[in-house]
Amino acid sequence: MSAQVLTYLFVGLSFALYIGIAIWSRSSSTSEFYVAGGHVHPLANGAATAADWMSAASYLSMAGIIAFEGADGARYLMGWTGGYVLLALLLAPYLRKFNKFTVPDFVGDRYYSQAARLVAVVCVIFISFTYVAGQMRGVGVVFSRFLEVDINTGVVIGMGIVFFYAVLGGMKGITYTQVAQYCVLIFAYLVPAIFISLTLTNNPIPMLGLGSTLAAEPVYLLDKLDGLTTELGMTAFTAGNKSTIDMFFITAALMAGTAGLPHVIVRFFTVPRVRDARISAGYALVLIALLYTTAPAVAAFARVNIINAMDGLHYSEAPEWFGKWENSGLIAWIDKNNDGEIQYRGGAAMEQKPVYDLGRGASGERLLTNKITSNDNELYIDRDIIVLAHPEIAQLPNWVVALVAAGGLAAALSTAAGLLLVISTAIAHDLLKKTFRPNITERQELRYARLAAAVAIAIAGLFGIYPPGFVAEVVAFAFGLAAASFFPVILLGIFSTRMNKEAAISGMLTGLIFTFSYIVYFKFISPETNSAAHWWLGISPEGIGSLGMILNFMVSFVVMRITPPPPQEVQDLVQHIRVPQARPSSQ
Amino acid sequence: MTDNNPDKQPGHENREYWRANIRLMSGLLLVWFLVSFGCGILWVDYLNQWHFFGFKLGFWFSQQGSIVVFVILIFVYAWRMNQLDKVHGVDEQE
Repeated sequence: MSAQVLTYLFVGLSFALYIGIAIWSRSSSTSEFYVAGGHVHPLANGAATAADWMSAASYLSMAGIIAFEGADGARYLMGWTGGYVLLALLLAPYLRKFNKFTVPDFVGDRYYSQAARLVAVVCVIFISFTYVAGQMRGVGVVFSRFLEVDINTGVVIGMGIVFFYAVLGGMKGITYTQVAQYCVLIFAYLVPAIFISLTLTNNPIPMLGLGSTLAAEPVYLLDKLDGLTTELGMTAFTAGNKSTIDMFFITAALMAGTAGLPHVIVRFFTVPRVRDARISAGYALVLIALLYTTAPAVAAFARVNIINAMDGLHYSEAPEWFGKWENSGLIAWIDKNNDGEIQYRGGAAMEQKPVYDLGRGASGERLLTNKITSNDNELYIDRDIIVLAHPEIAQLPNWVVALVAAGGLAAALSTAAGLLLVISTAIAHDLLKKTFRPNITERQELRYARLAAAVAIAIAGLFGIYPPGFVAEVVAFAFGLAAASFFPVILLGIFSTRMNKEAAISGMLTGLIFTFSYIVYFKFISPETNSAAHWWLGISPEGIGSLGMILNFMVSFVVMRITPPPPQEVQDLVQHIRVPQARPSSQ
Repeated sequence: MTDNNPDKQPGHENREYWRANIRLMSGLLLVWFLVSFGCGILWVDYLNQWHFFGFKLGFWFSQQGSIVVFVILIFVYAWRMNQLDKVHGVDEQE
């Protein structure tokens, strides 16, 4: 069977599975809709958290980024896993004991302030929409490349599926669908990695294959890759380009941001007990680590395979996938020296992303209108296609290619659903029930939650169809803002009884305004100065959330010392959440 | 010390429990910091002079080793905290 028929088959089967689960696990109360009734087994919650967390970015983009950046890619590997240590040790068990539905719930109750609750709601909605836009786009890209439907049709199909199980099933439906999606996505990620690892290194375990010798010659894979990259005038694979201070701050921002992301935190409200929250974070990280320790192997394998397959290849002999991706606008070749062969070297082949004019060149390649750079590199490969294209580059069987597409959809849909649920909860619960319409009944609240989920899906779909040009830029916002706002406020709310309303609000505002302004300045107001020479202390906008977080902590410490302590009942609340189950003091 | 000292109210036991928790947590977070920000970022070039199988050591810490340690840290924490809950009589009963 052709790859396309198989893709239809796999994607169709996986979608049927998700819909079946959604029908089986409908929600009938707000508690089930928001937190699955708090009855999820910690292992199931771990798998759901892993699927929720691993988005189109983890599945489709991360290995591609590492393939081209080598050592610098470590900021994502460590940043997006290390946050779980913070989550498990500092936040999850206490938030579980707090036993409410949302992050704004905690902020509002702990800081006895509707203003603080509102700031939190606005942050939650902003962070989640930023994130979800990218997911819908990912769904569209997979559909358009593998099922050869229009990107917009793909987005609409994706919206339909998410609508079905998020609106019907709420958190309960989403949780069990995410468990299935985790299984699909990890299987789809590991199978091609195992195949490629076997071919390149004879080692069936890709994580170990990365540290093995090549099947073809007795040289370590990474040493070979360092040699190849240096020879072609690129940065050696195991050496980085980023400064140490920037790596440090970016990694810290991603870690604290991960721990402060509302759609991750809310997953720990769904398990029955405090001890389940602790172990559940462990399960989640094991399941995430399966993909995250494989990603650097996939990256290195892909880099080797691309160099071997591409450099010196005559364009007329280029394989079928090359032309397909060229037609999608994600691969480009400029025959700088007019020899008809592809030269793959260091440096960018042209300025900016490729813009095609309609003509074809002497060898049949698509011509570009971009300004050509003066180096020898003739090849542009978009990073986002590495995971999708690698099975074809490595000439794996068609069913593996089809599987990867189904996995990519699982990753994007599971994350989108989790985020949409957080948005609908923020609107129905935090805004309506807790702020503006406290008198609505549970039935009404549930109806509003479903309505909010439906509207959120429609908006997310619009973002996917008309992607704002700045999607990639604003992702830095999501982590930076979560790190600079939620993380310090929740942490101090648990670990300091002295932490009060005044300190929380001034700290959050300082962190938010500082981080927001820095990113807006370098990304939108003055993008031409966005380089290490102009950054404050050499910290890029990607890493500035860490500094925002430090400022938040400093302001909070000062303000809490010069303002009155929180009321007694709030101090009692802090004591209450610190202990899994208090015994009568007579014991 | 009067009876309405907030730290004392839920019982003396809880205060000891909280201190033990903070000690455990600080130790684990120190390891967390040393493997990721230490071995993976600050000392990565220095560690790269040694090899671990086919990896340069610093590179291994930053791309795989730190993640493995993170996983272990969470399981150690969950296991030790469950013990602490029992010892201090604050574990959850059905």
